[in-house]
Amino acid sequence: MDIRAQVSMVFHLDKCIGCHTCSIACKNVWTDRKGAEYMWWNNVETKPGTGYPTAWEDQERYGGGWTQNGDVVQLRVNGRFRGLANIFHNPKLPVIDDYYEPWTYRYQDLFDAPASDDQPTARAVSLITGEPMNIEAGPNWDDDLGGSPVYAANDPNRAAMTPQEREMMFEVERLTFFYLPRICNHCLNPACVAACPSSALYKRGEDGIVVLNQERCRGWRLCVSACPYKKTYFNWATGKSEKCILCYPRVETGQAPACFHSCVGRIRYLGILLYDADKILPTATMPDAELVEAQRAMILDPHDPEVIREAEKNGIHPSVIESAQKSPVYKFVKEWKLALPLHIEYRTLPMLFYVPPLLPVLAKKADTYDTATEDLWAPIEEARLPIEYMASLFAAGNVGKVRHAMKKELAVRYFRRHVTVGDVPAARVDAMLAEVGSSREEAEAIYRLTSLPLFDERFVIPPSHREEAVEALESPFEFRGATGFGFREKPTRGL
Amino acid sequence: MSWIKDIVDPETRAWEQFYRNRWQHDKVVRSTHGVNCTGGCSWNIYVKEGVVTWEMQALDYPLLDRSLPPYEPRGCQRGISYSWYIYSPIRVKYPYVRGALLDLWRDARKQYDDPVEAWASIQANEKGRALYQRARGKGGFRRAAWSDVLEIVAAANIHTAKKYGPDRVIGFAPIPAMSMLSYAAGARFLQLFGGVCLSFYDWYCDLPPASPEIWGEQTDVGESADWYNSKFTAVMGSNPNMTRTPDCHFAAEMRHNGTKLVVFSPDFSQVAKYADQWVPLHAGSDGAFWMAVNHVILKERHHEEPSKLFLEYVRRYTDSPMLIKLEKDGDAYKPGRLLRANTLEKYKDVENGEWKFLVIDEATGEAKMPGGTMGHRWQKNGGQWNLEYKDTADGSEYSPALSFLTKNDEVAQVRFNDFGSDSVVTRGIPIRFVETREGRVAVATIYDLLFGEFGVGRGLPGEYAKSFDDENATYTPAWQEKFTGVSRNTVLQFAREWARTAELTGGKCMIIIGAGINHWYHNNLMYRSGIVALMLTGCVGKNGGGLNHYVGQEKLATVAPWAAMAFARDWSGPPRLQNAPSWHYMQTDQWRYDAGHSHYGVVPKDSPERGVHTADMQARAVRLGWLPWYPQFPENPLEAVKAAEAAGAKTNEEILAHIAKRIEKGDLKYSVDDVDAAAAWPRVWYIWRGNALMSSAKGHEFFLKHYLGTHHNDICDEHAAGKVKDVAWHDKAPEGKMDLVVDINFRMDTSALYSDIVLPTATFYEKADLNSTDLHSFIHPLGEAVPPSWESKPDWDIFKEIAKKTSEVARRHFPTPVKDVVMTPLAHDTVDELAQPSIKDWRKGECAFVPGKTTQRFTIVERDYTKLWEKYTSLGPNIKKDGLGAHGVKYDCADFYDELAAENPTIKFDGQVYPSIEFAPDAANVILKLAPETNGELAYRAYKLMEKKTGLVLADLAEGARKSRATYKDLLAQPRRLLNSPAWSGLVTDGRAYSAFTYNIEKRVPFRTLTGRQQFYLDHEGYLAFGEHLPTFKPSPLPAVYQDLDKTESRGNTGPTKILNLLTPHGKWHIHSTYGDTLRMMTLSRGCEPFWMNDKDADEIGIVDNDWVEVHNDNGVYCTRAVVSARIPRGVSIVYHSPERTLNIPKSETRKGRRAGGHNSLTRTRLKPVLMYGGYGQFTFHFNYWGPTGVNRDTHVMVRKMEKVVF
Repeated sequence: MDIRAQVSMVFHLDKCIGCHTCSIACKNVWTDRKGAEYMWWNNVETKPGTGYPTAWEDQERYGGGWTQNGDVVQLRVNGRFRGLANIFHNPKLPVIDDYYEPWTYRYQDLFDAPASDDQPTARAVSLITGEPMNIEAGPNWDDDLGGSPVYAANDPNRAAMTPQEREMMFEVERLTFFYLPRICNHCLNPACVAACPSSALYKRGEDGIVVLNQERCRGWRLCVSACPYKKTYFNWATGKSEKCILCYPRVETGQAPACFHSCVGRIRYLGILLYDADKILPTATMPDAELVEAQRAMILDPHDPEVIREAEKNGIHPSVIESAQKSPVYKFVKEWKLALPLHIEYRTLPMLFYVPPLLPVLAKKADTYDTATEDLWAPIEEARLPIEYMASLFAAGNVGKVRHAMKKELAVRYFRRHVTVGDVPAARVDAMLAEVGSSREEAEAIYRLTSLPLFDERFVIPPSHREEAVEALESPFEFRGATGFGFREKPTRGL
Repeated sequence: MSWIKDIVDPETRAWEQFYRNRWQHDKVVRSTHGVNCTGGCSWNIYVKEGVVTWEMQALDYPLLDRSLPPYEPRGCQRGISYSWYIYSPIRVKYPYVRGALLDLWRDARKQYDDPVEAWASIQANEKGRALYQRARGKGGFRRAAWSDVLEIVAAANIHTAKKYGPDRVIGFAPIPAMSMLSYAAGARFLQLFGGVCLSFYDWYCDLPPASPEIWGEQTDVGESADWYNSKFTAVMGSNPNMTRTPDCHFAAEMRHNGTKLVVFSPDFSQVAKYADQWVPLHAGSDGAFWMAVNHVILKERHHEEPSKLFLEYVRRYTDSPMLIKLEKDGDAYKPGRLLRANTLEKYKDVENGEWKFLVIDEATGEAKMPGGTMGHRWQKNGGQWNLEYKDTADGSEYSPALSFLTKNDEVAQVRFNDFGSDSVVTRGIPIRFVETREGRVAVATIYDLLFGEFGVGRGLPGEYAKSFDDENATYTPAWQEKFTGVSRNTVLQFAREWARTAELTGGKCMIIIGAGINHWYHNNLMYRSGIVALMLTGCVGKNGGGLNHYVGQEKLATVAPWAAMAFARDWSGPPRLQNAPSWHYMQTDQWRYDAGHSHYGVVPKDSPERGVHTADMQARAVRLGWLPWYPQFPENPLEAVKAAEAAGAKTNEEILAHIAKRIEKGDLKYSVDDVDAAAAWPRVWYIWRGNALMSSAKGHEFFLKHYLGTHHNDICDEHAAGKVKDVAWHDKAPEGKMDLVVDINFRMDTSALYSDIVLPTATFYEKADLNSTDLHSFIHPLGEAVPPSWESKPDWDIFKEIAKKTSEVARRHFPTPVKDVVMTPLAHDTVDELAQPSIKDWRKGECAFVPGKTTQRFTIVERDYTKLWEKYTSLGPNIKKDGLGAHGVKYDCADFYDELAAENPTIKFDGQVYPSIEFAPDAANVILKLAPETNGELAYRAYKLMEKKTGLVLADLAEGARKSRATYKDLLAQPRRLLNSPAWSGLVTDGRAYSAFTYNIEKRVPFRTLTGRQQFYLDHEGYLAFGEHLPTFKPSPLPAVYQDLDKTESRGNTGPTKILNLLTPHGKWHIHSTYGDTLRMMTLSRGCEPFWMNDKDADEIGIVDNDWVEVHNDNGVYCTRAVVSARIPRGVSIVYHSPERTLNIPKSETRKGRRAGGHNSLTRTRLKPVLMYGGYGQFTFHFNYWGPTGVNRDTHVMVRKMEKVVF
């Protein structure tokens, strides 16, 4: 057993508003500068849709993630060694048009336009060339089913649907969408780290945050290709790649990452998980259908005395173990089995988990449109997106995992209806809970953490013990007086 | 796997300081955004090296209650983009003047030493005036010094006051609550000056007229935390993801607490994603659905299996048991007016007996006179304005009969309108006869008439629905299918679950409603049909229940002291407050293009109001004192006073009498009767905090044409000639009415681009201000994170400077105080509510001309133009003398006025000392100290006075908070929860979520309506004339009668084209037009405000996603990109409100290659005349409270693919 600590995340998609506040919070702080304009470390996608960069889920096109080969996994395309041979020619590397050409407007013309016979307007110009441009793509181009015949219709996950379902997808009876916010998954088996020829990427030992060393990066961009989620980006101004840092300067100071903090849908949870690093390879090589369960099995019970003992032996601070015991992520992922990883078949073992959304009920349409249901709520099989679609996203096709999560969500709703209104009989509620292996106690806990959580219940941030990290280099006492001064070298004398 | 090592080594990781350095910052200051989004979110503004770098939500709202989700975090994608503006190239950093005007000004100043004379010379030069007017919007701005622009502005002010009257100086700023001091700045200056403030809430069509109709309340709604208390929520015409982004989580969270959510929306809107059921009814047909829901509820839960809870609720809290007089109509009856108490012998002498009404006591069958009516509200003695079951003449107790079904004198046939099929139906209603002083009168209860209206037969004869499946009878579930396209099963399930939930939870059914309904022509009826369902099931005034209308940040919580300050009532009054919809309809000459309301508005065939042109109805509304009008007369009001004095009038009373006589004789006219005469034009227009020329300008192109005199893209024919009778017709309408348009702005938006002068204002992070909203119950500040950048100043200081300069210029022209006569309409929440029991026109000789009764009021106001600055910067003495009040509530605050003078800075002039409000933080402290919502002692006093009026125990509501106070600095530290206050209808005691009307329901305080109850029935003569006395359904006007496409269709579109209904709901990437020009929001959308259309519709006319399209009708044209999407229904299109024409807009192909406009280039103002009535109960004017609204949703457009895109 090799126990490590990983800052992990849950996004509750049933609550997501699709507002993109998270994206702007991140952009304001981290990527609002030359060369980074097109980067959205946090983005939000409409599903069905092709997302950003376009069709990123199509690994035939982009070659991200791992493939399983017996009891090992291999980077799909540019492994560190194979990649080096290919370093100057990487046909699978996304180009700017796969993202979009960033633009701005000639706002100043509104002030400076000379008197003329018609109104001036601020034209769109490229942020790369400075020339007027036609805007043909953006980081959220297919928002809310915009361009559905082009984008939603080409969602790779539609492969999981039957031909009839696909046919019906954009008819009023079935039409629907939901949102998928995405950041770096801070994977346990990160393809970006594996792919880097310069060893610029690494997982931070204390919290598992995957970062890209801005001094070491040589701009090979293999991480860009290797990440199946397309969450590393090449900065065209600095010539280095960059990625989500999970706001470690904030996390280290006990604050939620900016995108978590700013989430007004209150969909996000963050907490530490303890896992067994010895299980990474065996887990990553499981058959698709077993991946979700295998990944759950890697996550260890932070209350288990043996786990605690082994963790401490591995240098995990007792305060971090305590934090793991309070982790809301542990509850959603491990205890309640409500949160599922995104495209675990990429085998990077992502540590961001999603609670699948409940969607409106299917309708019947003849002369009139009919949504009447037998019951207060229709069973999840009558939700507007086929469960196979959800399973394609969140369970490597294992429908049972998604069904279990969604049924449990619905059972909790019936339970609370029973408690607050009383028009659902107790026996019915108990039967529903039993069907998903749950209880009233658990339902109440799920309800509270879904509906009523306070800020510090959603985000249980492990203490970072920065003093210990500093001490490894210099005296924290001296550091305290000197930090923030930047250059501290002696001046060079003479001309 | 060996290469994936976790790295701990600090040396390897020393580079990590790269990102740590970026995160470091120097200062964090609390502020928010004043953009009328209703969010009212508390933000932390981060300052690094003296520059605002970003913002993050503050997380310290006090928690209401652990059983409710917390408010944190509040803030959306738009708010978090605001910091982009501050240093961006669209920021207005300096004052700008249109070059053509500046040249004229400089020439004139060379000739004239006096700036007023210089301005007069420019205005006298018709060619020069037209020259700079034609240059409006077309570039040529020049940077100017503050001192120069202030001089131009001051000269224009004084010239206008002198030549035409101060009521030609107009100001427009949107909804105050979002930055109340910034609003107050301009308003205070204008009202000290004698200028005019234009309304906003009604103009935006945010005002839901159904709220004053039913509740006598402008708007009062639950805070968003109260959604969580709901157990069944219907969302219609509202998209909380878009518009209530920081509140939307309550909708998600309530679902996981067992609440059912049903979303009504023609498109699969963002909120539909949250829905358990999405009901895609046809656009604008929501009313039909709800009428059928009411049919089911009445039949099943009021008749077949009546719910005791529902019956007791409607009995006490609605007008259901009140008696309606039935009028003979051929061989049947039709419903008439409320039976007045004084028509009965036993009540003939009671005070205000015409304004008290009757019920029948269930036990004795006797008529009783309940308390709580308008008559009781305005009678001399207090104590009877309440909802107790006690006869107010003899004190006897009774139980009002809801229905005469079992005890009646006969079942009579009564006529009801069926506007859906344009017919009249006759149905049996149980009636009784009452002996009155005028003889035997047939009466029915409103409750019984409701069954008749909704077609629920109860075994009675007549044209009642045979069953739910009866497609031809109003308003069955089957009937509604042809309007909504939604199955009867859906209605049945909805209605049954709704009623069941309401009964089991005691009223926790809620409607969240918004502009998607409120912007239709018949919005009042659509709202009413939903509210009826709430009332029938006892859901109004309950936590978790009620109608939550969120359209505009209208809730200025600290309204009493704020209004006094904003409208300068502390010095003088009354203010000149103009309802903008009427004003723009007339002044932009949109009335000339309108064939009149009965062309499209559905008026009963025998209605006396049918065929009267809307403009004539508007003129009548002014004449009878229902609505305001400024400029008042074609002559200068200052001169009207002088003329009276010249004729011998000495006292103010004599002056007023002289003026009244002149009006009565027709010697002094109303300028509304001839708006196109130069003497009636507005002249100087201040626009601040808003985008008056684009975002809210319904009929934008008409604004450009008639106000500005610059180019425009409308091709409309005029239709009013020959149809108007009272309003004068000129063969050619004036173009360019405005002498000067001044825009105060932090960004170069469309209004700024088209103005003559642009003044740089401080951003929301550079000034002190206050903010409150409907959506939560806190008040919080805007704080100054950095000082106003470049040459910008806060609005408070800009108007202070304008006041100062205007006074300086005035010394020569108005050296001594002058008298102004101010004309104001009959006012809501005053005894004027009893002014006009019926419509009588003095001009037609139907009654005498009696100011304050049969027409408006007139007041003499003294103005000292040399003291504008002194008065602006000090808190005047009227507050101490008269106390403060709002919504009919009053309180004394003289001691706190003195406390302000003792503890805060003061201003001294003319030998008197006043509390200073020279600087915005001081003004904020005045408001906080003098408002019952932030000063518990004042709440206590206000409740005490309400106890006298109602005879109820109320002061307990304030007892626990008497010592509570707040200052501006307190708010900077943490937002404060507002206190209980009788100015509002909700209660917040002990962390309870605010829900509207809980005060009325729990304390039995009447609603501010005619009957004191929630009104199913509106018995005003005009409502009877329009057939809107009972809740009803009127279909939307069709394009053919709405006349938006007359010329467009015949003009020969090239290429395939399509007619679509144009919806302009609130969008995702902007709040109105703010943020819509930020790079952030444009990047996350499509780089423009696109035209959303259905994929099959697009396919039929060869449009593919992201094609450039031209969207046009007679009113104007918009050119943008198409977004093709299956989530938009066929026949409908969306341009989210509201794009700027300043941003990447090409030239139009159909309008001679001119720059295309924005979404409001396609709209046009049309007024609904029922909303004009006045002087009658809740149908009495109040600013932003009552009056026609700026509807726009019935608009149709044509769309075609653009051939060649030219910029």
